[in-house]
Amino acid sequence: MLGEGLLKGLAETARNFAGSFVSKERLTTVQYPEERHPLPEASRNFPFLVYDGADWEAGLRCVACQICEKECPPKCIYIEKSKDKKPDYAGKLQIYPTQFDIDISVCMSCQICVEVCPFEAIKMDNEFELATDDRFGGLLQDRKQLAKPNEYYHKIHPTEAAEVDARLAEEKAKVEEKARAAAVAAAAKAAAAAPKPAEGAQPQ
Amino acid sequence: MVIFAILAALTVAGGLAAVMLRNTVHCALAVAVAFAGLALLFLRLNAQFAGFAQILVYVGAVAILVVFAILLTRNSETPATGVFSKTWLAGLVIAAAVFAVLAWAVIKSQAALPQEQTEPQISVAQIGNALMGRYVLPLEIVAVLLTAAMIGAVIVAMHEKGSAK
Amino acid sequence: MTNTLDQIFVLLKHWIIGFLPVWLQPIVAALLSVVAILAVFPGLFAISVLLERKGLGRMQNRIGPNRVGPLGVLQPVADGIKALIKEDVIPYSADHVVHFLAPVMLVVVVFMGYAVLPMGRNMTFVPMDAGLLFYFAMGASAELTVFMAGWSSRNKYSLLGAMRAVAQMISYEVPLLMSSVVIVMMTGSLSLDKIVEVQNQYTWGLPHWFVFTPMGFAAFVMFAIAATAETNRSPFDLPEGESELVAGYFTEYSGFKFAEFFLGEYVAMLSISGLGATLFLGGWSAPLAILNVVPSWFWFFAKIMTWICFYIWMRGTFPRLRQDQLMNFAWKFVLPMTLLNLLVAGLWRFMGEGFLRWVVCSAILLSAYIIGGRIGMRSKKFGPRSYRYAE
Repeated sequence: MLGEGLLKGLAETARNFAGSFVSKERLTTVQYPEERHPLPEASRNFPFLVYDGADWEAGLRCVACQICEKECPPKCIYIEKSKDKKPDYAGKLQIYPTQFDIDISVCMSCQICVEVCPFEAIKMDNEFELATDDRFGGLLQDRKQLAKPNEYYHKIHPTEAAEVDARLAEEKAKVEEKARAAAVAAAAKAAAAAPKPAEGAQPQ
Repeated sequence: MVIFAILAALTVAGGLAAVMLRNTVHCALAVAVAFAGLALLFLRLNAQFAGFAQILVYVGAVAILVVFAILLTRNSETPATGVFSKTWLAGLVIAAAVFAVLAWAVIKSQAALPQEQTEPQISVAQIGNALMGRYVLPLEIVAVLLTAAMIGAVIVAMHEKGSAK
Repeated sequence: MTNTLDQIFVLLKHWIIGFLPVWLQPIVAALLSVVAILAVFPGLFAISVLLERKGLGRMQNRIGPNRVGPLGVLQPVADGIKALIKEDVIPYSADHVVHFLAPVMLVVVVFMGYAVLPMGRNMTFVPMDAGLLFYFAMGASAELTVFMAGWSSRNKYSLLGAMRAVAQMISYEVPLLMSSVVIVMMTGSLSLDKIVEVQNQYTWGLPHWFVFTPMGFAAFVMFAIAATAETNRSPFDLPEGESELVAGYFTEYSGFKFAEFFLGEYVAMLSISGLGATLFLGGWSAPLAILNVVPSWFWFFAKIMTWICFYIWMRGTFPRLRQDQLMNFAWKFVLPMTLLNLLVAGLWRFMGEGFLRWVVCSAILLSAYIIGGRIGMRSKKFGPRSYRYAE
């Protein structure tokens, strides 16, 4: 009959109106600065540098290989290498970056830097409240601002971080295994070289 | 008397502006002002039905019709300069001539004789009774005329659509 | 006591006037009523704007504005301040005189309509014998101001919006008037006070409101539709459709002039709700005889606000009607129904008291509605839409 659909529509809207006071399903507003919607795990915004341990300078995983700088499509990364070396997670001495700038007004969040980094040093952050009134300097993030601890990485991307940690631990175990094997071989060689003069001196 | 002077001045000004202005749509709006002035004059004479019907029909429908008609013609674009049209003198002369004829007709007729002070109170009910009783034939003829006009308008519009295809 | 509360505004006015000399009294009496109207109805406008934003929000599964005051109640104040301090931009080629006059005329004409509404017992500003006609005369004048606004902006889209608005308002003016004529036929008077007096009687506790009679109900529905279209309100708001014409005929208006148009539209809405409440819902009479203890002006404003809430509900629910659908509906469905309604109203008076006339009149109206609906829907193909994609 004419007008039936109109009445059904009115009933639906009335249900919405009444329901918005009682059920969460009919009122989907998140009042922004006070409440925040939890972001999904795979969300990403701009990159950050990971460091292990407590000291950000000593534990920084980046070894200034400059692969991310070369691969970055809009060329928003600027790296300067250091003159000295410091030990990395597996104990090997590596150079480190004295300057690592990312211009986030240029960065397009393509994640290529994360994909090509061989040292799991740069990962994607999901912080979006970066608005500032300084258009040029405020959007250039330097090494200190970019460095965030591994615990933070675990907090925002738990599965990824767990995977990365497992891989790094495996690498470290392999390196240590090799070092031990080398040490055993060196000790065996030293032990094999030492009794020879003793044997050689006996038949006289 | 003061009120009558003000209302009369308003109506006359509206009418004169309607013939002397350059921009056609301004002329139409001035005509609407003249209609409103007439309606107020009716109300001054305590003819409530006539006054409100004047506003409802003239200002609410006829003025809009006039404006639509002006917009459908070509000279509705803005004229270059000046407030008064080029032919303002001719308009004024013709308006004065028509006014003279109408004024002579009114002065010579019965209504200009000095009346008694008691004006008859005509209520809407009396108008309705008269329309349905004594004047029913003119009413029906006007109704037929209006219907014919509407049907004609519909046919004209339909024909346009038919010929456009 | 309740009688005092009911007449409190009238008594207040008489008390204030008592302080003044005799020659000043009529002018001050009129001025007081004018000031009261100018204070109350813009206040109601602010409340209805707030109600609309929060109500629409809730219907759309969101909260409306809630930052400005507690629960957002000071939002209209913020809106008003914003409108007042904005720069008044007028296009260079616009017609300055008409551009300025259009919103002013709209507000003037719309406020004039309040002069005849009976807002309570003895509370009509100007009790006129032809009050209903006066109200419609003012409504018709509003159409001319809409046209003035659209034309003076020298903007094709504004002009288009104004043309649509005027066409819509004219075509729905006729059903509006015809629905009211049904009430005039049943009362025998054009005076709004008399119409409310007739509805103020009670049978078995229920009032004699005209909405409870068959042709009164049909007229009420058609009046509501026509009133929604007259004030350019959703679902008939194509002239001000935000997605089609920016803002239609008031595109080129900014700041205070836009606020005047906005005010004019909402005040017209309140005014026509007031007229509808007077004609159909009994004006200031209470729904049940025992509720007469509550003052009459409270009932009048309650009915207006109920109608406003219904308008907001309709806005949140229905999609916008296209211009040709709108006009088709007016001329091909609503107008014949109003004419039939007039006939039925005549039949009602002709048949005399009794149960038979209720049955006959309801049957005629209902069958006409159903048949009309079937004819209207015959040529349309309803159903899920099917798409054809390019291969």
